[in-house]
Amino acid sequence: MSFDRRKLLKGFAAVGAGAAASALPAEASPPKPEVPPDAFGMLYDATRCIGCRACVTACKNANGLPGNLYDPPEDLSGDTKNIIKVYDHGKTDESYVKAQCMHCLDPACARACMIGALQKREFGIVTYDPERCIGCRYCQVACPYEIPKFQWDTPTPVIVKCELCHHRISKETGKPMPACCEVCPREAVISGDYRELLAEAERRIAENPERYWPAGSPKIYGKTDGGGTQVLYLAAVDFEKLGLPELGEAPAGYEAAEIQHTVYQGFIAPVALYGLLGAVLWKNRRSAEKKEEE
Amino acid sequence: MAQHEALPVGGPLMTRPFKLLLGFLFFWAILLIYRFAVGIGPVSGLSDGYPWGIWIAFDVVTGTALACGGYAVAILCYILNKGKYHPLVRPAILTSALGYSLAGLSIIIDVGRPWLIHRIPLRFHIWNHSSALLEVALCVMAYTGVLWLELAPAFLEKYKDSPKVGAMARAGLAFFDKAMIWIVAMGLLLPTMHQSSLGTVMLIAGWKLHPLWASPVIPLLFLISCVGMGYAVVVAESSLSSHVFRTEAESGMLTKLATPMAIVLGLFLLLRFADVLFRGEFGLMFSSGLLSLMFWLENLLMFWSIFLLSGHRRERFSNIASAALLMILSGALYRFDAYIVAYDPGPGWSYFPSLAEVLITLGIVVLEVAAYIVIVKTFPILTGRAPADH
Ligand code: SF4
Ligand code: SF4
Ligand code: SF4
Repeated sequence: MSFDRRKLLKGFAAVGAGAAASALPAEASPPKPEVPPDAFGMLYDATRCIGCRACVTACKNANGLPGNLYDPPEDLSGDTKNIIKVYDHGKTDESYVKAQCMHCLDPACARACMIGALQKREFGIVTYDPERCIGCRYCQVACPYEIPKFQWDTPTPVIVKCELCHHRISKETGKPMPACCEVCPREAVISGDYRELLAEAERRIAENPERYWPAGSPKIYGKTDGGGTQVLYLAAVDFEKLGLPELGEAPAGYEAAEIQHTVYQGFIAPVALYGLLGAVLWKNRRSAEKKEEE
Repeated sequence: MAQHEALPVGGPLMTRPFKLLLGFLFFWAILLIYRFAVGIGPVSGLSDGYPWGIWIAFDVVTGTALACGGYAVAILCYILNKGKYHPLVRPAILTSALGYSLAGLSIIIDVGRPWLIHRIPLRFHIWNHSSALLEVALCVMAYTGVLWLELAPAFLEKYKDSPKVGAMARAGLAFFDKAMIWIVAMGLLLPTMHQSSLGTVMLIAGWKLHPLWASPVIPLLFLISCVGMGYAVVVAESSLSSHVFRTEAESGMLTKLATPMAIVLGLFLLLRFADVLFRGEFGLMFSSGLLSLMFWLENLLMFWSIFLLSGHRRERFSNIASAALLMILSGALYRFDAYIVAYDPGPGWSYFPSLAEVLITLGIVVLEVAAYIVIVKTFPILTGRAPADH
């Protein structure tokens, strides 16, 4: 076995080991995403929601999506960005829950999307640009909340998801005006600066600790879950029952990006491997030619 | 290379079976027109819960792994410098080139907005470097081109004595003779990158992918098993085509593939089990119901394959052929599990491919077979002489 070949096998091994090793230290310290300085968000308090679905209609109107109140949608879909669902298991174990994009601090959908059709932009809003979308649906595989929806029944589909009404910017404040929050009669869903919303959620818990889940030390879902989200939730029942998964504090599926970054950092490993491969091939060919001459 | 000369198989093209293939492809084309007219929903079993089905898991992920024959043989031939495998190179590269081209076609069928696909390679200033899928897309596109370049001499050789274009063909051959090293090096680099990334792709699914598959070493497992599947396909294809076209069988050569095949398989199994044990997911091998079953099925098929490849059993070609089929099955199953079976988006969702979806996939396979037949009959790909009357 020639010297070069051994070097090459080492090269292969390095790429592989890099891929494997990258995940190991990562497990010890998953990335902690930062909150953008201008982060804007929503706070949904399930204990205040009366299930009137005014927000569902308002969302449809504000986004030009088809549908009406008399035939309410049952789930998010290619023409529904916002939904109120019912969780009903008896008098003490029931709740409404609103579902829309969580505007993650480190969104898996944006990490997945090949040329950035989904991106975290102003106000930390995760936006969608159909001009960059090829409809691969990898964002659907990636999102831990099953939020992005695809239009299955048209030859020219787009991805549909809440963009925090970033097309409705207030002239006075210069900030978005989420339509769903404007119409809520009970302030069950409100919008505002992320930091203020977090303070408001804490204030509500301090005022009525017995109202929220879990008893003893109520939880604000989204504060750290999945790396943190700009949409925050309060509820009287276990969030998992409401369809908000137990994610831990690491951003969902971050290992994939970590491996990509480690192995392909600066594109050094692939270029080095290419050079090495070329060298070995060249050497092998030379030796083959020599043999033929003899 | 002179000692094993590749020759066109020759013979009439429009045989009865070939006409049947063409007939099927005609209906397939109509089905495709329907797919592009109405969207993906009506023709497939896909949904927001299962956005990827067999078009991705089989046509692209398994299809390109099966198309790794060119890669796997090139490692032996050019890196480990085992020249004896050389007659296997051309047919392997041809199946690879066809396999990758048709995986590309599958992607066009599968994505919702295919008219924007060209933006992926062209808009390099907005590439998302975190996206494993981006790397797969770019590498697959590039590698398809590289494979056809690797095959170009086969096409040029046919015309090298022609009075009209002979000079051009000879110039082309001389060029490829010089450049081939760098093309082959590309052909080794690109699959190393994207076959592993095909595993990374699914890691982003987080809690939706079962822990027996969602492992940080999944890229390495995908890479190793694609090499194994590559060898297996070379064995299967070579014995099949020598049978069908009655060329000289390469069984002597194929028997020698037993050793590298067994090594690759052993490596895979070692890593697969070591990984599950190291991550402390031992219990899941038994407590996950259907998924535990799938896990064992994948790995037992592979154990069985190694068994057939070891000891004196490998001296019989039929054992090697069976081992190859088992390996293909096991590798395909591993990919299906990682992309579909072990992917669970939660209650309320289910996926089963629709008839139209299956037919579209079948059409891809038929198109590949038809193209293979045309090319080996017309161009010097296979070694060994065929009877002229076939
Ligand atoms: S909830 Fe899903 S779609 Fe919304 S930002 Fe997070 S990952 Fe993206
Ligand atoms: S479907 Fe569109 S938005 Fe979603 S990942 Fe693919 S390209 Fe990005
Ligand atoms: S912020 Fe706008 S798009 Fe999002 S749920 Fe509310 S109304 Fe709908």
